[in-house]
Amino acid sequence: MSELRRNVQRKESWDKVTGNAKYCDDFSVSGMLTARILTSPHGHAIIKRIDTSSAWSIPGVKAVITGKDFPVLCGVLLRDRPALAIDRVRYCGEPVALVVALDEETALKARDLIQVEYEPLPVILDPADALKEGAPILHPQVGVLFPDVKDIYPIHGTNIASHYQIRRGEIQAGWKACEYQVEEDYYLPPSDHLAMEVRTARAQISADGKVKITTTSQAPFSVKKQIAEYFKIPAGQIEVHVPLVGGGFGGKASVMLEILAYIASRKVGGRPVRLVITREEDLQSAPCRLSLRSKIKLGADCQGKIQAAEITYWLDCGAYSDIAPNMAKSMASNGTGPYYIPNLFCNSFCVYTNHTYATSYRSFGHESFTYCLERAMDRLADRSGIDPLEFRLINAIRPGDLTPTQVQCTPSNTGNLVACLQKVKDLAKWQGTAPIKIEPNKVRVQGVSCLWKSASPPTNAVSGAMITFNPDGSLNLNTGVVEMGSGNKTNLAQILAAKMKLDISQIHVVYDVDTRLNPEHWKTVASLSGYMAGNAVCQAADDVLEQIRTIAAQAFECQKQELEIADGMVFIKNNPNCYLLFKDIVAGYKAPDGRSIGEPVLGRGGFMLKGLSILDQETGKGKPGPSWTVGVQIVELEFDKRDFTYRLIEAYTVIDCGALINPQAISEMIAGGMAMGIGLASREYLSYDFQGVLQSPTLRTYKLLHIGQEPDYRVGLVQTPQEDAPYGIRSLSEHGIIGIPAALGNALSRAAKVNCTQLPLTPEYLWSISQKGQA
Amino acid sequence: MFEFTADKCLIELDVNGENKNAIVRPSDLLLDVLRNQFGLTGAKPGCKNGDCGSCTIIMDGWPVKSCLVLAVEAVGHTILTVEGLAGTSPVQKAFVDYHAFQCGYCTSGFLMVCHSLWMMKSDADEEEMEDWLQSNICRCTSYKEIRKAMESVLLQNPQKS
Amino acid sequence: MIPIHFEYYRPQTVRQAVETYIRLLQEKKKPLYYGGGSEIISMSRAGDIHPGAVIDIKEIPECMVFEEQNERLVIGAAVTLRQIRDSRMFPLLGTVSKHIADHTNQCRITLGGNLCGNIIYREMSSPLLLSDAQVLFFGPDGVRRALFTDAFQLRMLMNPGELLMQIHISKQYLKSPYRYIKKTANEKIDYPLMSIAALYDQKSWRVAFSGLCASPFRSLKIEEILNQRHLSPLQRAEMVSELVPGQALSDYRGSSQYRLFMLKNTLADMMEEWEHV
Ligand SMILES: Cc1cc2nc3c(=O)[nH]c(=O)nc-3n(C[C@H](O)[C@H](O)[C@H](O)COP(=O)(O)OP(=O)(O)OC[C@H]3O[C@@H](n4cnc5c(N)ncnc54)[C@H](O)[C@@H]3O)c2cc1C
Ligand code: FES
Ligand code: FES
Repeated sequence: MSELRRNVQRKESWDKVTGNAKYCDDFSVSGMLTARILTSPHGHAIIKRIDTSSAWSIPGVKAVITGKDFPVLCGVLLRDRPALAIDRVRYCGEPVALVVALDEETALKARDLIQVEYEPLPVILDPADALKEGAPILHPQVGVLFPDVKDIYPIHGTNIASHYQIRRGEIQAGWKACEYQVEEDYYLPPSDHLAMEVRTARAQISADGKVKITTTSQAPFSVKKQIAEYFKIPAGQIEVHVPLVGGGFGGKASVMLEILAYIASRKVGGRPVRLVITREEDLQSAPCRLSLRSKIKLGADCQGKIQAAEITYWLDCGAYSDIAPNMAKSMASNGTGPYYIPNLFCNSFCVYTNHTYATSYRSFGHESFTYCLERAMDRLADRSGIDPLEFRLINAIRPGDLTPTQVQCTPSNTGNLVACLQKVKDLAKWQGTAPIKIEPNKVRVQGVSCLWKSASPPTNAVSGAMITFNPDGSLNLNTGVVEMGSGNKTNLAQILAAKMKLDISQIHVVYDVDTRLNPEHWKTVASLSGYMAGNAVCQAADDVLEQIRTIAAQAFECQKQELEIADGMVFIKNNPNCYLLFKDIVAGYKAPDGRSIGEPVLGRGGFMLKGLSILDQETGKGKPGPSWTVGVQIVELEFDKRDFTYRLIEAYTVIDCGALINPQAISEMIAGGMAMGIGLASREYLSYDFQGVLQSPTLRTYKLLHIGQEPDYRVGLVQTPQEDAPYGIRSLSEHGIIGIPAALGNALSRAAKVNCTQLPLTPEYLWSISQKGQA
Repeated sequence: MFEFTADKCLIELDVNGENKNAIVRPSDLLLDVLRNQFGLTGAKPGCKNGDCGSCTIIMDGWPVKSCLVLAVEAVGHTILTVEGLAGTSPVQKAFVDYHAFQCGYCTSGFLMVCHSLWMMKSDADEEEMEDWLQSNICRCTSYKEIRKAMESVLLQNPQKS
Repeated sequence: MIPIHFEYYRPQTVRQAVETYIRLLQEKKKPLYYGGGSEIISMSRAGDIHPGAVIDIKEIPECMVFEEQNERLVIGAAVTLRQIRDSRMFPLLGTVSKHIADHTNQCRITLGGNLCGNIIYREMSSPLLLSDAQVLFFGPDGVRRALFTDAFQLRMLMNPGELLMQIHISKQYLKSPYRYIKKTANEKIDYPLMSIAALYDQKSWRVAFSGLCASPFRSLKIEEILNQRHLSPLQRAEMVSELVPGQALSDYRGSSQYRLFMLKNTLADMMEEWEHV
């Protein structure tokens, strides 16, 4: 289908290069009050006293709010997080008070006058410490307060927010079949999403109680539901607006600032309030990427087939659980990587610590466990004496194999990893494991990692699409998907254009999301928008086509089957000269004699996930997501053996994309993911001191990759259609990141002859482990 | 001597070829004045610390980060923002053609650096181009697309106005 | 936004600048001379400093000069790093400029601001420590001239009210062979883990360091070792890295041990290159 394979420009391109594109904070601020937060300087402490009286005394201050003013508990899965800290702070940066004032200067002046007396408590920054006997329990009430949550298993009296397990086969028998084994411990520190647009929100409440929130959210419908639930407001009273979003990467799916903006407005009689968040606050206070500890034991038989695995993931979710229990579940259900392992014993714990709390991050934890698992895979390949790429081929999951949660693989639901591996071998000219000497001190090496991912949405997540027409016969496509860079709206327009057999220029998309006007779309996360909203768009298109046929059949006085629709017209197949243009028919048809026929065409399509199930608590059996996307990545670099510095040369991804829609856009999305993976692997981390205070709260200190240090990015595609997805496409917006840290770790471990078990892979880290003489 | 000592003062700025008045505090940032008083929201705050470049504008021909400039300092200088390019700079078209953005948040800043480079040093080699572009961060793209867009403009080696 | 009020002055002469400064000082307004403003703005925003007034020196002719005058290169304090790098008049100084912050910031950061700033790296000091530069201050008593090596003792030593007006560098150093290496933790656009500048003068190398210790420095003792050409570069590098311990910085960018490891390698590399000069 021509409209599908075509490279099309983003629909919003010219808006984005002229400054016309509007993001949350780009709307007029006149008439708005400003709110600023006061945050905790301690990683863990009791709040003994808060004195706001001096802050109130500043002229222009409209409200000073503390936790006790709104004693609600928030949280998308477990309600463990107060809107503002009450009695206790659990991370450095936690919001403690909120000042609302006429302007920002006044708000800041007043904020600095709030006196808070703290009594510091012991700080836990490592899940291993959090699980020790006698460790302070961060949430004594969890597991008691809201006992009816589903699919979450907090362990009361511990710091475990949830626990999942996978039990399959006979683990002891599995070990007996193994000839080679590895057992490794890994540690990954937290890092941040660092979308270039800082998170923010605005709120106002009308006299009759209508709440209007404008936010940088990836999940406007979730904002609406959560605010309704926490503050007991009928959801219909709440409208949530999301204009363009300046990058999300999962970090804007959590509902936090919207709650603060809402209570700020509530406290000033509903006046419009703009919450101002600085980059420093965003880094310290708003949720970040998880941190992970893991233990991986893998064994293979003499042919190199993996027979057994014992895996434990301790996901450090920080001070509050947010969506992290689901990420722990995802790690359990996909934590073997895309390999078939007959005997499997896996535990995944979501553990509280005093880090900034974590939320979804591009690929929902897959980038983290993949680092651990794929490092272990390389070690086991070496032990077995098999080339690491070959070793992955031997173990790659194939149709008929069972996933860890015992879903049977088919080409449709898991694609073709074997084909990806074969393709990458050529694309990257795989050189095997031996570093190639290029200068006395320099070697060139490659490292490989596979990737897979399935989403872990609620089993009943929904999406929708609506289509209306303009007088020129062009279409307006309206969905609840947020545009934050992944090009979803353009992709959906392309799907619609293909269904309508129409040029994409005839499709207009509605960019902003307004929860009153747009059909609900669960959340713009998990790379599921193409699948879910795409299916809804197809249905809406069918609806439109059917309506047009009905009207045309009356107009032509023929059978609907005799009609064909393409290029903006409907015509009789056997007599193309007998046609009607969309513009003449979509508002209802006026016959030459003046008779009116039909009615305006309005398309609707709805979609709901089907066939997913909650995992069995004992064995983990169940279907967590609609499908898996598989792929393989290779990183090639030049390593300086004396300095432990390195230069990236190439980064390759071969991924099963299902089907090609906008090939250029696919490559760019994957390359962007790879770039983020390289940043994560090589330099990014949130460095905390032992009292839990962030050492790198600015972009001066939290280092991102700049231009000029990137490798050349190359993307190869394999196409195994996913049958239940529009035109067979697969999810892939997050996936470019997943295997890059592992591929880099594998390359560097070989180059430096060390065993990398951490991130980021800085020259100093490589040097320090080489000093310890391990390998 | 040129001085602003009052709490608030009236200034006149030359922005995109127009004289604009604003009432500012001497400590107000040019970025905030452009955005909040002139509605020129193309320049974006990403860090307000000089690190990300998304607030970049052009002052007297050179790129500067408007989060590190006082509005009063800009009096007597010419300011160009992305809105002032009005779709006519070849870098804008190149960014569209080469898909040099995803979320678009960093784009205005990158464009201003690129436009200044094209105006000031249209003969720049790759090293110099990289050097200029390293002032900005893009979190979405792989940089490859931005690089290609800028290269395509430099290759045209235009007659400078 | 900057949550405080300050007054803004843009004097046209040095004298006006200093008089204004003194007056504001008497009025207890905690004035600051204002160069590129990058540090003043970011520190004021963060609440680390609270100036009551800033005196912008960017229209003072003496602070803007950048030219050769009688066998000397004269650089005004308000000249930007970009101007210095683009001019290529003093290639070592230009190379150092090129590695500070990023190009766009270099269009604003001034020589005076970098030297007088609070951010510990003050990398522009290295070439000046090596080139017998002179510094001219302007204070209540007029011009004061000093050797840069005397005036810059870990930081710029100035009398109250004094303004750094100019740097003078004798022409003989401008075209001397030089080397400059900056090492960062991993990301290129970062503060230095260490940067080393070297300038060749009459058969020996002079060397200055930034980022290695709490302040930039030049050490004659280290230079003496480095110039012992009968020893191998590695031997000399090792001797130097044994001299520094204890003072080497340790922070989240790099431990002191790692800095010393890098120091040894970087010096050895640099000395290898010296052989070809
Ligand atoms: C993104 C970024 C990255 C950076 N990276 C580096 C780096 O790698 N290496 C490095 O060395 N620095 C680095 N810096 C620091 C930068 O060099 C300083 O911010 C800069 O030195 C300040 O220069 P300015 O002209 O903007 O000074 P201002 O902010 O104007 O002034 C700084 C201080 O110097 C005083 N001052 C200024 N001029 C004079 C004068 N003529 N006489 C007396 N006092 C004066 C001011 O009162 C103030 O206290 C970086 C800065 C940024 C923004
Ligand atoms: S906002 Fe100015 S550089 Fe980031
Ligand atoms: S396009 Fe999103 S930050 Fe560059």
